[in-house]
Amino acid sequence: MLSSLLFLLLFGIAVYFFTKKIKEVNRNINLGRDVDLNDYQSKRWKTMAMVALGQSKMGTRPVAAFFHVLIYVGFIIINIEVLEIIIDGILGTHRILSFMGSFYNFLIGSFEILAVGVLAACFVFLSRRNIVKLKRFWMREMTSWPRSDANIILVVEILLMSAFLIMNATDHQLQLNGSQHYSNANGIIGSFPISSFLLPFISGISTDGLILLERSCWWFHIIGILAFLNYVPYSKHFHILLAFPNTYYSNLKPKGEFTNMQSVTNEVKLMLDPSSVPPPIEPNASPRRFGAKDVQDLTWKQLMDSYSCTECGRCTSVCPANITGKLLSPRKIMMDTRDRLEEVGKNIDKNGASNDDGKTLLNDYITPEELWACTSCNACVQACPVNIDPLSIIIDMRRYLVMEQSSAPAELNGMFTKIENNGAPWQFSPADRLNWAKEEN
Amino acid sequence: MADFKIHTMAEMAAAGEHPDVLFWVGCAGSFDDRSKKVTKAVAKILFHTGVKFAVLGTEESCTGDPAKRSGNEFLFQMQAMNNIAILNGYNITKIVTACPHCFNTIKNEYPELGGHYEVIHHSQLLQSLIDSGKLKVEGGDYKGKKITFHDPCYLGRGNQEYEAPRSVIQKLDIELNEMKRSRANGLCCGAGGGQMFKEPEKGNKDINIERTEEALSLNPDVIAVGCPFCMTMMTDGVKNFNKESSVKVKDIAEMIAEAIDF
Ligand code: SF4
Ligand code: SF4
Repeated sequence: MLSSLLFLLLFGIAVYFFTKKIKEVNRNINLGRDVDLNDYQSKRWKTMAMVALGQSKMGTRPVAAFFHVLIYVGFIIINIEVLEIIIDGILGTHRILSFMGSFYNFLIGSFEILAVGVLAACFVFLSRRNIVKLKRFWMREMTSWPRSDANIILVVEILLMSAFLIMNATDHQLQLNGSQHYSNANGIIGSFPISSFLLPFISGISTDGLILLERSCWWFHIIGILAFLNYVPYSKHFHILLAFPNTYYSNLKPKGEFTNMQSVTNEVKLMLDPSSVPPPIEPNASPRRFGAKDVQDLTWKQLMDSYSCTECGRCTSVCPANITGKLLSPRKIMMDTRDRLEEVGKNIDKNGASNDDGKTLLNDYITPEELWACTSCNACVQACPVNIDPLSIIIDMRRYLVMEQSSAPAELNGMFTKIENNGAPWQFSPADRLNWAKEEN
Repeated sequence: MADFKIHTMAEMAAAGEHPDVLFWVGCAGSFDDRSKKVTKAVAKILFHTGVKFAVLGTEESCTGDPAKRSGNEFLFQMQAMNNIAILNGYNITKIVTACPHCFNTIKNEYPELGGHYEVIHHSQLLQSLIDSGKLKVEGGDYKGKKITFHDPCYLGRGNQEYEAPRSVIQKLDIELNEMKRSRANGLCCGAGGGQMFKEPEKGNKDINIERTEEALSLNPDVIAVGCPFCMTMMTDGVKNFNKESSVKVKDIAEMIAEAIDF
């Protein structure tokens, strides 16, 4: 009874803080500019099913894909087991779902096998990061926090899976011993293909000792999961939740197509035809800057992208600029955007929405040198397993540099002038455009 | 061009005629000496397959692509709206171009500004001419040659066209060898996003060198391209390795034009 109350209390606290953080993230994402992405709903569901649920973009790296699927499937399915753990916790029952009979045994058995798979995957991933030291996990933006973040999760996962297996083993032993509360008139409930191997190690322990061990693992498991729930929104592991909405709101247009700036269209129309009627100005609309200087200038989708980033570095590892030693790293663009957004959010919580902390995404996080190195090749967008678009942020920031600050590199300004003067990015007379037709081959 | 005349839209309109397709030549195709050869190859194929086509000539102007990718949306839209006014003035409905940047811009970014056309890349036109039997291609000098195709970003990833250029050159009975990074994983030549017009940022290598190295590792006779910017970058790359006498950089239209006996 006491333990049920304690459990409910802990559960309540965990849910409270998780909800609070999610509200904060939602508020932060909505600091972004509005963009309507509610079209083509069936296509969006399909994209989400393929890319998030089906992980269709992971396959380009088969080793990572295989182990990632193990962890992913393990995670989802073992959560069904967690449901039982929670109900048992509240009601003080023992394996309440066992009324399902042989299907229940099948489930528990497959959970155990999955748990081993997850364990193996975690060890493989830990070694890829820390022993093999794959390059993409050790680049400039992979400072100590992002590296620890990844390791923490893997270690926690290993501990949780171990607790799960030990819990099953002790439970099994207690059932074998015929202990009260655990044993069942119909025989052993659950099937333990993996944890049975642990029985020889615990069979000598007294019933009290076994119960203590079983309860400890149970508490460790449930507290671990509640803690993990609250850790996720602060971590790159937020992608396990956000991958779904983020792929739903994927860009469905051809990747080569860049957004049209309606604000510019209005002005250009006026310039070309002074008699055209400008659209009515909304009374309370604050003048928007052209392009993006800070996170509020990006769209909510771009901000959601930043929270969804797994920091896997697939984007950066295929970026031609990064491969050839330039400062630009599309992963860093996403991590910087998220860090800055969190900073802006904290400042709002502390000093109110109108407070300016004197910092911006541009310069304080992302430098013009990084932005100008991009070839707009879309390799990063193609590579991202959760359909993030770092290129759109780069272009929006270039727009700010060019249209608000006139600070493009001198050669690009030269190119602009040539297009304005002679309709080509090089210095040629428009009158010579058809010369090729008169030349010999 | 000695053997036939290129008609401008102005001439055609004056004669009360309308082309099947407008050939959008682009700035590189109009002014860059190397790319002009590609332009002529495309024109030659169009003429000899009986496609009724015209060019805008001096009425053509930059699509605005390099301005847009560099963040200058104002300049892009000025260019776009002027071009759209001219294209719409001639009631243009179908456009072919040998430049993936022009292709992408006119196809995807002009509609929101009032320019709606069917736009195809020249690889797609060549493929449809071959499919319809109007263009018959046989190996010729390229038979058995080792060729690798470098995907243009704005044709491939940008617009999901990976097959047309490949199927066109495969008609030449060549041995097509793919680079490790090809199709959706193709590596950029380094010219997009305005980079063509500026020095690269500080780094340890130029992108076109990285890409040319990869192409040269296959020991090709020809590196086939489908974009004037890629043409420049890959040609420079090959020169950098002093391989220009043994490895040619060719646009797919040039290869087709050379192989057919008109
Ligand atoms: S689009 Fe820009 S950032 Fe993305 S891979 Fe290409 S060069 Fe790198
Ligand atoms: S943007 Fe995508 S590919 Fe790049 S690190 Fe984040 S999740 Fe990985």
